[in-house]
Formats: sequence, C-alpha cells, structure tokens
Amino acid sequence: MKPFSYLRPRSVAEAVRAGAGHPGARFLGGGTNLVDLMKLGVESPGLLIDVSRLPLDRVTRTDDGGLRIGATVRNSDLAAHPGVRSDYPALSQALLAGASGQLRNTATTGGNLLQRTRCPYFQDVSKPCNKRLPGSGCPAREGAHRDLAVLGHSQDCVATNPSDMAVALAALDATVRLHGPEGERAVPLTGFHRLPGDNPDQDTVIRPGELITEVVLPPRPDGAVSLYRKARDRASYAFALASVAAVLTVRDGRVQHAALAFGGLAHRPWRARAAEDVLRGAPATDETFARAVDAELEAAVPLRDNGFKVTLARNLAIGALAGLTARAAPPR
Amino acid sequence: MSQAPQPPGAPVVRREGREKVTGTARYAAEHAPPGCLYGWIVPATVPGGVVTATRTADALAVPGVHTVLTPDNAPRLEDPDDPILSVLQDDRVPHRGWPVALVLAESLEAARAGAAAVRVEYRTTGHDVVLTGDHPGLYTPEQANGGHPAVRERGDAEAAFASAPVRIDATYTLGGLHNHPMEPHASTARWADGHLTVHDSSQGSTTVRDSLARALGIDKDHITVISEHVGGGFGSKGTPRPQVVLASMAARHTGRPVQLSLPRRYMAAVVGHRAPTVQRVRLGADREGVLASVSHEIVTHTSTVAEFVEQAAVPARVMYASPHSRTAHRVTALDVPTPSWMRAPGEASGMYALESAMDELACALGIDPVELRLRNEPAAEPDSGRPFSSRNLAACLNDGARRFGWHERDPGPAARQEGPWLLGTGVASATYPVLVSKSAASAHAAPDGSYRIGVNATDIGTGARTVLAQIAASVLGTPPENVRIDIGNSDLPAGSVAGGSSGTASWGSAVHKAATGLAGRLAGRTGPLPPEGVTVTADTARETGEESPYARHAFGAHFVEVAVDSLTGEVRVRRMLGVFAAGHILNSRTARSQFIGGMVMGLGMALTEGSTMDPVFGDFTENDLASYHVPSCADVPDIQAHWIDEDDPHLNPMGSKGIGEIGIVGTAAAIGNAVRHATGARLRTLPLTPDKLLPYLP
Repeated sequence: MKPFSYLRPRSVAEAVRAGAGHPGARFLGGGTNLVDLMKLGVESPGLLIDVSRLPLDRVTRTDDGGLRIGATVRNSDLAAHPGVRSDYPALSQALLAGASGQLRNTATTGGNLLQRTRCPYFQDVSKPCNKRLPGSGCPAREGAHRDLAVLGHSQDCVATNPSDMAVALAALDATVRLHGPEGERAVPLTGFHRLPGDNPDQDTVIRPGELITEVVLPPRPDGAVSLYRKARDRASYAFALASVAAVLTVRDGRVQHAALAFGGLAHRPWRARAAEDVLRGAPATDETFARAVDAELEAAVPLRDNGFKVTLARNLAIGALAGLTARAAPPR
Repeated sequence: MSQAPQPPGAPVVRREGREKVTGTARYAAEHAPPGCLYGWIVPATVPGGVVTATRTADALAVPGVHTVLTPDNAPRLEDPDDPILSVLQDDRVPHRGWPVALVLAESLEAARAGAAAVRVEYRTTGHDVVLTGDHPGLYTPEQANGGHPAVRERGDAEAAFASAPVRIDATYTLGGLHNHPMEPHASTARWADGHLTVHDSSQGSTTVRDSLARALGIDKDHITVISEHVGGGFGSKGTPRPQVVLASMAARHTGRPVQLSLPRRYMAAVVGHRAPTVQRVRLGADREGVLASVSHEIVTHTSTVAEFVEQAAVPARVMYASPHSRTAHRVTALDVPTPSWMRAPGEASGMYALESAMDELACALGIDPVELRLRNEPAAEPDSGRPFSSRNLAACLNDGARRFGWHERDPGPAARQEGPWLLGTGVASATYPVLVSKSAASAHAAPDGSYRIGVNATDIGTGARTVLAQIAASVLGTPPENVRIDIGNSDLPAGSVAGGSSGTASWGSAVHKAATGLAGRLAGRTGPLPPEGVTVTADTARETGEESPYARHAFGAHFVEVAVDSLTGEVRVRRMLGVFAAGHILNSRTARSQFIGGMVMGLGMALTEGSTMDPVFGDFTENDLASYHVPSCADVPDIQAHWIDEDDPHLNPMGSKGIGEIGIVGTAAAIGNAVRHATGARLRTLPLTPDKLLPYLP
C-alpha cells in the first residue's frame, strides 16, 4: 500500500477545501469499498479525508414532508429509520438486501452512492480495464460477464453499478446534494450516475472535489406503495443479478403514478421511463405490466452469458407491480 | 463439567473453544518473532510461458524492502516430493499465479508495495485452460487419487446396458470448487543454531516437516513444524503448500525470521482446488429397478506441474449391486493451477452424478427413490467382492425417511406450490471409506495422578484434542479433564495428516494403544510413582500395515426440501436431514458439527459455489469471498444430523469410522433431486443458480 496522508476535517467547508487542494484526495466514509480498492491497488489516494464524523448523520423531515438524509448516515440506521420504513419501504428493503449486517453498520449513504463496480477485471490490476485504466480495453465483453450489464453498456465497458440503495432512490425520485469548491448544487439521483460511453472511468457526474452532503426524498405521493425485490445467487451477502424498485399508486383500477427502476442491469440504476409511460393511466393489470416492462427491456442487448438477466428483470418487475397493486388498491 | 469418567460419545465441550472465541488461540500468522520480515509473493500474470527478465530495482527502492528472491538468487531446493513446491527454481511459468518472485520487507505493507514494483517480463506460449468432455489431450492415468485404479471393469457393462429394458444415460458437469478455509495459508519460519522452526497452517505438521527436510536437504531432526491451531483446511492444507517452502527458504537466505501468509485472492492459484469434472453415468435396469449395468466415466483436468485425478468414479465401485460395471477416469493436463484434495475428493463429486442418475432412474421407473436404492443393496462390496465390515445404508434411508416424513410426498413433479414457491423433496445416499494411517503416541502418568498424552495430531477445527482426551481418559478410567493432550508439533510422536476422515481413527488408535500400555504398566505397580512418572510410547505400524479383509465404509442418507422461486429461479433449501452410519460416535457435540458442516458445504456445492476458469487469462474469476459464494447463514435452514450407532468390530479400538467428509457426500444430489421434484427440470450442471433455473420456470 502506498503511504497516504489522513485528515479528519471538522466541517464540510474544511473537507471541501482539503479536497480542492489535493487532486489525489479521496473522501473516506465507511471505507467498505475504498479501503478494499486500496488494498487491491485499484485506488492509491495520496490523501484520505475522513468525512465519516462530519455532522451529516441525521435523518430529518423536510418542510414539505419529505426526508433529508445526511451523507454519513449508516446504511443500517437508515434502513431502520421509522420514517423510511413507513413512507419509503422500498428504500429500507433495498438497504437490507445489500451487503451484510457488518458492512451495513459501517457503510454510509454517500459512500454507498459512490461505490465502484465489482466487475472482476476492474478489481484486478494485472488485467486491462477501461474503467480503471482508460484505453486498456474491456476483457469482460468476451470474458466473464454473467453478472454484468444488459442495458446501456458500451464497447468500452459493460460494468454494472452494484448498489441496491441507489436503485430504490432512483425510483423514489431522490435528489443528491453536493458541496464543492464552486458551491452547492443538487442533482437528481437518476442523473447522478452515468452510462459508460467512451469514458467509463467516470461513474458519476460528480466534479473534482465535490462532496455528497445529503440525499433528499420528496414526500411520498398520496396513496403510493413501494417495494424492492432483488434476485441473487445466495440468500444474503451477494450483489443483485437483477433487482427492481417500484413505486405505485392505483386509483379506480388504473395506474395513477408509477416509478420503476432496475438494479444489476446497467452502469447506473436504470430508471424505466418507457415502462412508466405505458403504465401511467393504464389499467393495473398483469397484461399492462408485461407490456410496460417489455417496452423498457426492448432496449436490452445481452452479452453471451447474461441474457437470463432480461427474463429475470421482467419477472421481478411484473411480480413487483402485481404485488403492489394488490396492496395499493384494497377494496374500499 | 463432570469430574467422573465420561461414557463414550459424551458431548464433551471443545477444549480450546474458549481460547478460540476470545482470540487468545494463536494461529500461524500470529507469531511474529523479533526481527521478523514479511513476505509477499509476486504471482505470474501470464497463463503460460517463461520469465525472460525480472527487474527488482524499483522494488528494492521501496522503503522497508529487504530482499527480492527470484530464481536468480533463491536458495536451491533438492527435488521436493511435490513439484508444486519447486518454487523460484527456474523461469518456467506453468500457470497464471505461479510464484515468480518473493519480496521480503520490514512490514507487510512494504512487502506488498515492493511486490507491486517488481517488473516481470515474459515470453508467452499458447495456453489451454478449458476442460471439455472431448478434450484432445485426454488420457487414462495409471491411478486416480487415493491409489485407486483408473479403470475397473466387471462383466460387460456396455452390452448389459444396451440390452437393459430401462436405461439412463446422463452427463453431469461440475465446475471447479475452492476450499477457502477461514484461515488463509500462512507460515512463520525462523532459523536458530541450525534448527528451523516453522509455525505453519497445515493439516499435518509431521508431513510438512518431512517434506521440508527433503526440499531443503536437511535432517528431519533439525526441523520443528508447529500447527497448534488451524482455521480449517478442507484438504487444501493436507499437503505442504508453497508458502511454507518460501518462508523457510527466505528465512535461511536472510538470516531473519520470515512470515508469509497468502492473500485470499491468491489462494485459488496455489492451494489446490476440486477439479472440474464431466461425468457420464449409464444405468441399465429391469422394470423392477434392479440394476444390470452401472457405468461411471469421468473426465477431469490436472495441471502440467503434477498429476492429480479426482477419483469421482470410485464410489460407484461401492454403492450398488450390479453384475456389470465400468468405472473409469480420463484426465488432461492443462495450463491451470494444480488441483488437489477438497473435502471428500471423489466421493463429493462422483456421488453427485451417481445419486442424480439413480433419481433419474427412479423417475423413469416410477419407483420411489428410497425403494430403488433398497432394491440394489449389495451383499458384498460390488467391486472387490469383500464383505462389508458393516453397511447400514438401508437403515439410514429408512430412518431418514421416517424422520423426514418422506413417504407423505406426492412423487409427481411440480406438484406443490406455496405462493410463488415451488416445493419439492429429494433424497440421496452418501458413502465415505474408512481410512487409517500409521501414527505414534506417548502416554505419561505423573506422580500427582494426572496424565499427559502426546501425539502429533492436528485440530483443524474438528475437536481432535477433545476426542483424543476422551479416548485416553476412557482407557485410563479417569475424567477427560485429568488428561492433558499435546498435539500440533512435529517434535511429538509422529501423527498422520488430518485428512481422509482418518484423524480420529489414526491418532486415536495410537493413543488407545499407548494408554492401554500405560494402564498395564500402572496396574502392575505398587507404591507411588517415581518423580519422573511413567511413560509408554506406541505406534500403529503393525495394525495399519495389514489390509483389512473387509470393505469398510461409512454410509448415510440425505433428505432435503427445497423451495424454488417461480419468478426468479432462486433455490432455497428449507430443510436438510442427514442420517449417518459411521461406527460409534465418540463425541456427539463435535460430531454433529462435522456432519452439519459437511452438509452446509454440500449445499454450497449444489446452489451457490461457482467458479469460472477465464479462458483468456487462465485464472479462476471468483477469487474473493464476495464473488465465490459459500453459503451464508441465511442460506442454511433447519438442518439436522442423526446417526445410527454401529457395533463394528473390524475398525479400530474405538469402533469408529471417519465423519469429517461424509456430510458433503450426496448432499448436492439430494438438493438437485429436490429441485427436479419441485420444478420438473432435471439440471445436470452445478451450481443451481437462477440463470440455470429460469428457462424451466412456468
């Protein structure tokens, strides 16, 4: 491990100043991914700015009834928060579907959004990877890619975003608040992560020196129910083969509001806008759900060994929408 | 704990349990002698070829780096008994991950940084790393692992199969599997006054000592290998691994103590693996399910370094009566890491295929799969004709069926559904041979009335210390607390490897003999013991040198209920129940752990543990515990292990058979058979992950 400096700032401003002064700096949250990557030689920051003890560890109500989640709130605490459990169960379920109890106790909200792909080639510095070493090539396209992307990938990169939490946040229309050398800004979560294109080394739209300070959830739409469902190779402590977060409001047998996002399929949480367009105003039936999901997954371009993900995502989404409908439209 | 003598089988608590759970038990990498250097291996990054240059200047410039060993400056080894130990001796790269340099530094971090700074240049040759059922390099070896003949034929299996009214001809494919014990392989070596002392994470330190003596060209008496506590091995520590040779070599070269532990990601390249197999099983039977022909033909890989042949066809020589049989192995040497022992080599892989095929036959005949097995019980061991010393497979099947509620099942496929879950049940048999090796032990009586037993056994988490104390105590008629046990040190009377489920039988026989001798000596005495006490040593060379006229095997039966998610194809085991017949059980508490541990490992083999050989890079893709999926607690359901006590006089003084491996044998078949029952889909490739199930869901 390359020697590095360590700094524990007392305020967001101090953290951002420190980051701006050191191009090779990394913000350290729970360290559950960054420290691994340092051991693997994938990351070798000259300076670690430990933001885990900044006063960003609160979950509070916003004036409009939404939720403001500090960037250092631990995944376990967020999953257990009564406001999350009551109004945003998909988020709680997504968090609990991720990692292990020990990791969730340590991992932070901001860090979770910035975790890197678990593509095996990205994690092995003895092999090419365009994300780690731009221009070196992508062996995954022809190599081991069962767990990798079917949507939105490029010639240069077929990696997937590994986060469960981000998938729920995408469906819940969350906003990410950033604090950087040029001030503060807000980015919708669905625009926070990028598609790989020809520069897959950039996972997100975050700018140099910017720090995630909080994630803001809008109020739950009236009557909306939500869930997160993940399929994986073992019952716990495995990344999603595919997952779905769904938010649904059904009135008089018709879909009033629907938000759908997929995990495990792409370089970012995949908000399913095409499916939502089909769903909105349509009868809340299995036939509609299948049509909607197919409209979205039409864009899938599976690789040699991961075509099953399309079927899996389809089944998960239709099942989720049907399950929510049963709950969303109880007999009145 | 009671102070009275304990009856055989008593659930005596593990002796070192408190030290382990409080962290005071020290493992091989937790010994840091003063002045210790830390090592980091530079693995080859090409799948085959030769090293043309190793540039170490940058590495040596890393602060804290002491030495970089390469074939140019590493001490010469004598011809090691295992070619995988011949490290840093030449420029050949037989597979990706082969050690090409060793960096030694004042800290682990500096060693790692130094290793990253070593520049190695290669001339690559073509490589071939993918096993196929018709690989052109396949040949028939002389022997498979365990010294079994590669081919055995009885009658005319081909003709009998062709003329059988009911035929099953199925090919099962298993990928590689990895042992991944919790404690990675590690060694701490130091030389002092011409004596080498090594703390090594091994399953048998006598073997490691002998192997080091040969490789280093020094006398055994000048080496002490200590394996006091070992965090699992599952076979991967049953033979010495490169880290112990490298650490010893480096300590000799530098004159400093050296510690070398293998990073988890590096283990798959150097600690062995269960080789992938392609297994064709042909069963020919009459309409009553009586077998006429059993063929089990194995294709597997080995490396170009050493030949290891997973003996997957061997259990078919034991299991079922049939007048005609062919069991055969073929192997091809690929540019891959060298496979080796992984819990129940041969039985775990072979019984997956054989017991799946038996289920296929039961389905084809419409006969209950328990009944089918009962109809094919042999009177003597089918291959050898020798009588069984005891065989209680039928009792295990019947008892398990009763406990599990087996006979209430609707045998039809895809018959039970509960919400999105498709439910099914499956059964499979298990077998594991009774193995025993020569060991020696000492038994000492002290004037204060206490006893001390010395035997170089290894406790790899099994409870060996505890059960050996029980054996000695029962012979001496004293409570186990009154017996001190010294194990895990090659200076003790020589013990065999903790492998082949043979530890308790091998060490226990020596302990029993020494303790019996001691009891005899004490019985003949009057008056107080002399101050130095009385010591008796014994070894079992004679007993273990005689081949038993009996076929000796443990048997078992697994019953499993699974739920398959009809949307996702996720398979979750709901219940597992195993019944085993393994002689007398000597400690019910630690025995249950062994059985259950094996069953959980079998669950992993069936459902979660997948390993991919990367055809381009020549390494196993899943090389950490986030990607190589051993079962998590959430995967392990209601799990029960039961046993049938056997009174078998043809075993050893304790009347025991080995129990460390049989739990994994047959488990995967029982789960696969349950998945078939739940879904109607007969899948013949493991693990049964959602991608495999999805095409068959409603």
